[in-house]
Amino acid sequence: MATEVTITSATARATPVGSAADIDAALAGLDALETATEPRPPLALRIWSVTWPKLGAIIIFLLLWQVVVWSGWKPSYVLPGPGEALSDLGRRVTTGDFWSAAARTLQRAVAGYALAILIGGIVGVAVARFALLRSAVGSFITALQTMPSIVWFPLAILLFKLTESAILFVVVLGAAPSIANGVISGIDYVPPLLTRLGRTMGARGLQLYRLVVAPAALPSVVAGLKQGWAFAWRSLMAGELLVVVPGHPSIGSDLEDSRQLLDTVGVLAMMMTIFVIGVLVDAAFNAGDRRMRARRGLLPPRSH
Amino acid sequence: MTAVIDASAVRIDGVSRIFGSGSHRVHALDNVSFDARPGEFVCLLGASGCGKSTLLGILAGIDNPTSGTVDVGDRQVGLMFQDSALLPWLTAGGNVALPMKIRGVPRADRKARVEQLLALVRLAGLADKRPHELSGGMRQRVSLARAFAQEADVLCMDEPFGALDAMTRDLLHDELERIWRETGVTILFVTHDVREAVRLGDRVVLLSSRPGRVAEIFDVGLPRPRRIDSPDVAALAVAITDRLREEVVRHGH
Ligand SMILES: Nc1ncnc2c1ncn2[C@@H]1O[C@H](COP(=O)(O)OP(=O)(O)OP(=O)(O)O)[C@@H](O)[C@H]1O
Ligand SMILES: [Mg+2]
Repeated sequence: MATEVTITSATARATPVGSAADIDAALAGLDALETATEPRPPLALRIWSVTWPKLGAIIIFLLLWQVVVWSGWKPSYVLPGPGEALSDLGRRVTTGDFWSAAARTLQRAVAGYALAILIGGIVGVAVARFALLRSAVGSFITALQTMPSIVWFPLAILLFKLTESAILFVVVLGAAPSIANGVISGIDYVPPLLTRLGRTMGARGLQLYRLVVAPAALPSVVAGLKQGWAFAWRSLMAGELLVVVPGHPSIGSDLEDSRQLLDTVGVLAMMMTIFVIGVLVDAAFNAGDRRMRARRGLLPPRSH
Repeated sequence: MTAVIDASAVRIDGVSRIFGSGSHRVHALDNVSFDARPGEFVCLLGASGCGKSTLLGILAGIDNPTSGTVDVGDRQVGLMFQDSALLPWLTAGGNVALPMKIRGVPRADRKARVEQLLALVRLAGLADKRPHELSGGMRQRVSLARAFAQEADVLCMDEPFGALDAMTRDLLHDELERIWRETGVTILFVTHDVREAVRLGDRVVLLSSRPGRVAEIFDVGLPRPRRIDSPDVAALAVAITDRLREEVVRHGH
């Protein structure tokens, strides 16, 4: 390879202003040395490589649970084993009631989260943009974020009674501060070089935001979105336990019903449902996050 | 009347730039004045930290002089940054297309022009690569293509070839010279490399350090095409290097 380079170098130097073809050939030779392409492993293999550690962890957890049950620490009607809980869950998922409850919960989550993104996004951009607003409300946002969502419920119930709005209110208040904080720190940490670059190209105002600031802030915004989702989901679960809207069954209200019926198996089955939804959403966020990092060259190179 | 305006494309008049205040005060540029004619290739030479990037930033309108003026008439000033400064979320092609997108060039035209510009810097077919998939030299060439995409009348280039191996750099000198001739763009080219300055410039402006002042302006006057290793280039480079050394020594006292 080294000899190839010297040869092309010699030809390039022989002519003071190389013809276009000479330059092409020489640079192509150099570029071939510079870029290496890596083949991607097949899809099935990639999915397997991220799922097996999770499956392993779940199996270990279920085993530990079973060991505790076998130890006789609690009578089995108080703490049933994983087998019972799983088969109860298996029975439930064949019923329409389960799916309509899950659908209602997810629909609440999506509506509340979407509204939180809208509000958090607008507040975040406004605070990042205007110094006065930042000194006025900047620190309140973090204070709001640290407030447990459950403390909002008394007020929410007084304001909205036992309605969907009460739940929505708390979900939005839970999620919006994290999202706003993600947006603020994203914008704060945009490298000045990039904004200067956009400005030398003539981008101003909204265009500068759309083409340079927003994409540069994206990693932190995604982190905020992820955290916001966690808060939204927690607030929603608390809300569904406390605010049981009459005639509107949901995952949380099913959980509460099972508790009142002293149906521990049912409680565990519903908790598994909540856990699974959490895992799936997290996997979706992680996939998006990885994709973003891969596109920006922020992933360590694959080792074989 | 146009003749008067056209006499210089860039007029830098008594420009000073002071950063910070008190004990953190840095006098980066002090009373710098020179002109560039339309279509002229001017190289700026000076030690590290003498204010070259600062001057280009002022010309490109992203910084303001503490005193003095720069006048470019109604010309568009483009700037190629010292680091390749590619946007990591865009492909090579997307980076080159960005200035056109900002100007509102329709998508179809952009695509064609991107291909053309990438071919110009010998990166045809690499439009879909991400910056991190390219070598440092290739990134600088993408940055060069993007600078041309700004369609500027005055192009400020801040050490564009600093990170390239000698051979790629020589090839790009030829390219740049060709493009400069074809387009008639006025170029202000910052470099540390005296030979590079002599190889490319119609004139070489030598800046002294701390504060940056114009130490001397050299007319190159060698016939083109030139070679960086030709005796004429080397001879003038030696003269300028001696002068540069004098500046550095003077600064040391
Ligand atoms: N934003 C800033 N704040 C404070 N000082 C600055 C700032 N920008 C530049 N300087 C100072 O101004 C001086 C000139 O900087 P500049 O970047 O223009 O140098 P340069 O000639 O481009 O150097 P190099 O050849 O190393 O790129 C330096 O001493 C630097 O420390
Ligand atoms: Mg510099």
